[in-house]
Parts: sequence; C-alpha cells; structure tokens
Amino acid sequence: MIRLEHVTKSFHGRRAVDAVSLTMHPGEIFGIVGPDGAGKTTVMRLIAGLLRADKGNITVLGSQNIENVKDSLGYVPQKFSLYGDLTVLENIRVVGALYGRSDADLMHKATEVLAFTKLLPFAHRLADHLSGGMKQKLALAAGLMHQPKLFLLDEPTTGVDPVSRREFWQMLYQLNHTGTTIVVSTPYMDEAELCSRIAFMHSGRVVACASPRELTASYPYKLVEVQTTDRRVKSCLTGLVRDVNVFGDKLHLSLEDAASVLPAIRERLMAAGFGNIPLREVPPTLEDIFVAMAGEVG
Amino acid sequence: MRRLRALLLKEFIQMKRDRLTFAMMVGLPIIQLLVFGFAINTDVKHLSTVVFDQSLQQESRDLLGAFTASEYFDIKYTARSYQEVADIIEQGKAKVGIIIPPDFSDSIKHSRSAAVQVIVDASDSMAASSAISTAQLIGQLKSEEILVKKLQAAGAQKPARPYDIRIRPWYNPDLVSAFYMVPGILGIILTMTMVMITSMAIVRERERGTLEQLIVTPLKSYELMLGKIIPYIFVGYIQATLALAVGIVVFDLPMQGSLALLYGLTTLFIVASLALGILISTVTRTQMQAMQLSFFIFLPSILLSGFMFPREAMPDFFRMIGYLLPLTYYLEIMRGIVLKGVGVSFLWTQILALCVFITVMLTVSILKFQKRLV
Repeated sequence: MIRLEHVTKSFHGRRAVDAVSLTMHPGEIFGIVGPDGAGKTTVMRLIAGLLRADKGNITVLGSQNIENVKDSLGYVPQKFSLYGDLTVLENIRVVGALYGRSDADLMHKATEVLAFTKLLPFAHRLADHLSGGMKQKLALAAGLMHQPKLFLLDEPTTGVDPVSRREFWQMLYQLNHTGTTIVVSTPYMDEAELCSRIAFMHSGRVVACASPRELTASYPYKLVEVQTTDRRVKSCLTGLVRDVNVFGDKLHLSLEDAASVLPAIRERLMAAGFGNIPLREVPPTLEDIFVAMAGEVG
Repeated sequence: MRRLRALLLKEFIQMKRDRLTFAMMVGLPIIQLLVFGFAINTDVKHLSTVVFDQSLQQESRDLLGAFTASEYFDIKYTARSYQEVADIIEQGKAKVGIIIPPDFSDSIKHSRSAAVQVIVDASDSMAASSAISTAQLIGQLKSEEILVKKLQAAGAQKPARPYDIRIRPWYNPDLVSAFYMVPGILGIILTMTMVMITSMAIVRERERGTLEQLIVTPLKSYELMLGKIIPYIFVGYIQATLALAVGIVVFDLPMQGSLALLYGLTTLFIVASLALGILISTVTRTQMQAMQLSFFIFLPSILLSGFMFPREAMPDFFRMIGYLLPLTYYLEIMRGIVLKGVGVSFLWTQILALCVFITVMLTVSILKFQKRLV
C-alpha cells in the first residue's frame, strides 16, 4: 500500500527524516509513534505528497506520482486546515466537491459522514465556533467525503480531551473494519497500543517497526515497579539496575535479570532508609520499550 | 469543472461572511472618487498673494485689478516694506509677492518701462509655474493694452495683431481636471483593490494552513488560480460601475464612446490586475510580504502610468517601465473611450498589450506554484 525506501528529508541542513524505510500493508492501522520532533509529521507529509523527499523512493497505492492516486487518499493534517468562516456542512461539501462528487451525491454523503462523526446537530455551525475535539471530527469527516482507500491522520488527537479521543479511535476502528487502511501518527503510547503495527521514530529514524505484541515480546530486560517517586532511588541503586524511569507515581527499574538482583535491590533500599517499599515485577509497556530503544540509538 | 465550481462557491461564501471587507471594496471606490475628484486639481488657482504697492496710483490699482480678475491671485496681505513681503512669504502665508515701485505711474506716463517684481514661492513647482505663466500673460496683455491706447492717442489706427494663435482644446474644451482625473482614479482604484485582494488570496490559505488541505485534493494548479480570479472579476465590475456612476452623476463625465466596449476592456484590465496579484501571491510566503510587494507595484502605477504626470515628460527608461504596468494601457483605453469616444480600432495596441500581460502573469504563476508546502 505504502512503501518508503531510504527516504531522507532535510530542512535547513537538519535531517528531519533520515533514511527511513517502511512498508504499510492494506487493512492495517499503522501507527507512527514518537516524541515531538521525531519526524512523524514530515513522514506523513512526504507520504501525502505535501513535501518532496531529498532522497529515496515513496510508492503510494502502487504509484510514485502522488497526483495519480489523490482520489483514493485521505489526509487529516495536524493543524486544523478547513475554513473557519464556513459552516460544518459547507466545509465538507466543498471538500467533497473538490474530489469531484456530484451535487446529488454530495448531500447524501455529507449526511452519512456527519452522522458517522456525530456532527449532524452542528451541521450549520461555523467551524471557528467548534471545540477542539469537534474540529478534529470535522477534519475526519472532510477526509471521508471521497471514501479514501488509504487514510492518513497526523496527530489527530493531540490536544483533544480523553473522551473525544476514545470516540475518535472508535471511529478509526469502524473505518478500518469497512476496509480502509489507516496510517496515524501519535505521541501517545496508549494510542500506539491500539494500532495493528507501529513504527517507533526517534530523531528522524525508525528505531523499531512491529506489532505492539511483538515489540513487547522482544523486550530483553526485566521490569520492576517501585511505589515511590523519590529520585534518590536511582543513585542508591547504581550498578544494580541498567535504567530508572519515572512512570506516573511509580518508578520503573529496568534490570538485566530480576531473579538474581532483586534481593540486592531490596537490601540497598532498606539500607538507604526507604523501608520495605513494595517491589513488583511487571510486563513492559510500549513506553518502556521506546525508552530503551531510544536510549540505545542515543 | 466541479472542482472549480466548489472553489468558487467557497470564495463567494467567504466574501459574503466577511461583510467589512466587502463593504470596503464597494465603499472605497465611491469615497476615493469623490475625495480625489474634488481635491486633485492641477490648475492651481487662488494663490494667496501679498502686495507692496509703493505707487498707490490709478495705474498700479489697475494692474493689481488685472491680477485679481485672473482668479489665480487672491490679494490677502498688503505690506509696507520689502522686508514685510519677504516675511509673509517665508511664513508661508502667501505664495506670491507683487512689488510695485514708487515711480510706477510716472514710468508709464513717460513711456519708460515700468518694472514690477513678482516673487514666487517655487518650493511647490506646480503652483509656481501656474503663477509665473499667469503673471507673464497679465504683463503682456496689460502692456499691449497700454501700447494700443498710446498709438490710438497718437492718431494711429488700432493695429492688427501680427500673429493670431487660436487654441482649441479638443476632448475637454473647458479643461476640467475631473474629466482627466476620474478615469485615472477608476484605474487606480481597480489596481489597488484587485492586486491587493488576490495578492493575499493564496498566501492567506498558506498562512492559515488551509492550503495543506487543498493540496492533498486532486485540485489542479490552474483551477486554484481561476478559483481565485473569477470571483473578483465581479467585485471589479461592481467597483467600475459605481465609479463610473459617480463620475457621470457628480462630475458630469462625458461618456463619448461605447459603454459595452468600455466594460469589455475593463474586464481585460481587471483580469490583468488579478493575474498580477496572483503572481505576487505565489512568490510570497506571508501576507505581510504580499502586502509590501503590492505597494511596490502601486507607486509606479500612480507615478509612471500617466495618471498624475504626463508620460511624454519622462526620461525614456522610466517611460519603458510604464509600459510594463497594465494601468498605463488602461488609462489610454479609458480616456480614449470616455473622452474621445474612439472605437476598438484605435485601441488594438493596448488590448494586445493587456492580453500579453495576462498570459505571461498567469503562465508564470501556474509554473511557479508547486502543489507542495515548502
């Protein structure tokens, strides 16, 4: 469906995307995951044809010329890109017509899409007067007007409240069930878990690309969770653990082998005056995996 | 076709929602035409004048009467010394000083040449040249009058003038400034609004991020350009119609030629201005840049097109620059049709020039515009 081969893109001498090779298959929900500045948006824009790669090949829906496949491609930019001075309905009708839909067809499809995104009650509201979450739904609706085979969404849920985020993902799943291939970029690890396959990006490179389950299985270390946020834990455990990361109100200790060092850790913590704080071995989350991988790349 | 129609629909809805901009586009031509039509008068009359009459005789009063009667000089101050004249001019209260010597009447009576000094504040060259030529003319006429009287008193017959130059100002016999200005102002208004609006058009979509959405659709570059041009042709028509109506109703502008031809060629000029704006919009990255570049076009349009200053007086190089501006051709078209009543057969050069201009601007814009973000 999409194939990137050694794609490189620089801005003002800085490599935003560095020799990235990726393949996305039909029917997937493919996640491009990474922190801000990792190069997610650049990859999305390269795929959508908004930017031209300095090096490498990009094939989308079997064509190297994006103009040939724009009819089958939907794209929701990170920043709201519809017209604030047009109403919800006007916006999606304009977008639909830009994809060549006929007038009769347009109204039918617009109603369907608005019903799907639950925007029907707001059809005549100006886009400027919508909340952030509703704006994103409108962008999604606009992108669906031409029933794309491939749907690209660039950080669609950034800055959106948790309830709207869940709703948004439910919609993506429904679309995926009806056969739409979805490529979504996100900085949130909990959303990464929802994808069928993910590519971890860090400093313009892809550090891993697999399904969440495969990634979890490939984690080579043991994780121990400590119920404290006291940063002194890190210094008092030097030499025993390979890394310590803050995880909400807990710390995750990453160990080469839990069985052998766990008693030693308990001893050190007691000695340092932490008392008998609970230690618990936990399965790695995608965030642990990402932190480990990003650390290895540097 | 559906894509273009969608784009046009969008532009019209946005125009309708942005009431203030629309009101300005409609209101500005009327206000500007009224203001400039009345304010700009190249015929400088009623110059404030200071007089230092040391003669105070019948003859000096007679001469000053001639100055006042010309309507070019309003005697506002009477000075009692040369220094006072200088002071009043220096303070800017008067533009002209007339100094009549004490022996003025005697000189005339004894057939000596009577010197009159006319001081002109030439810091404003247009007012100065107007004052100078009028003063010279008054001097000549009054001299001739006295000479004729003397000859007749000596028993001679009233002599015939050796030369008789008869001037016929065609197309504007009363030399009404407004007739000359109104077509020009119409052209200036159209240039300003058309270039400005379209220069913002694409760059605004870029700044707001909406271009990103447009680029991912199958929309073609030329469709985008047309979508930005066509709605404003209508705005241009509204402006041209309003300006012409004001010109005819308020300034009694004679409409000598064909109105249909005028509208036809106005369309050509509107499209040329819009195409120029589109080009600005494709080469700039922000609305600020687009605005500055449009202003860079306006000034030469006003100064080099023949709107304010006659192009015949310009050095060759600058006259050539004038040929690059659509307004130059439009002014010739406007004045030709409105004042002279000429038909299309006299305007082929201008029509051709505008067509070439449009083609070049649009071709460059379409080639320059990439369906990409950076």
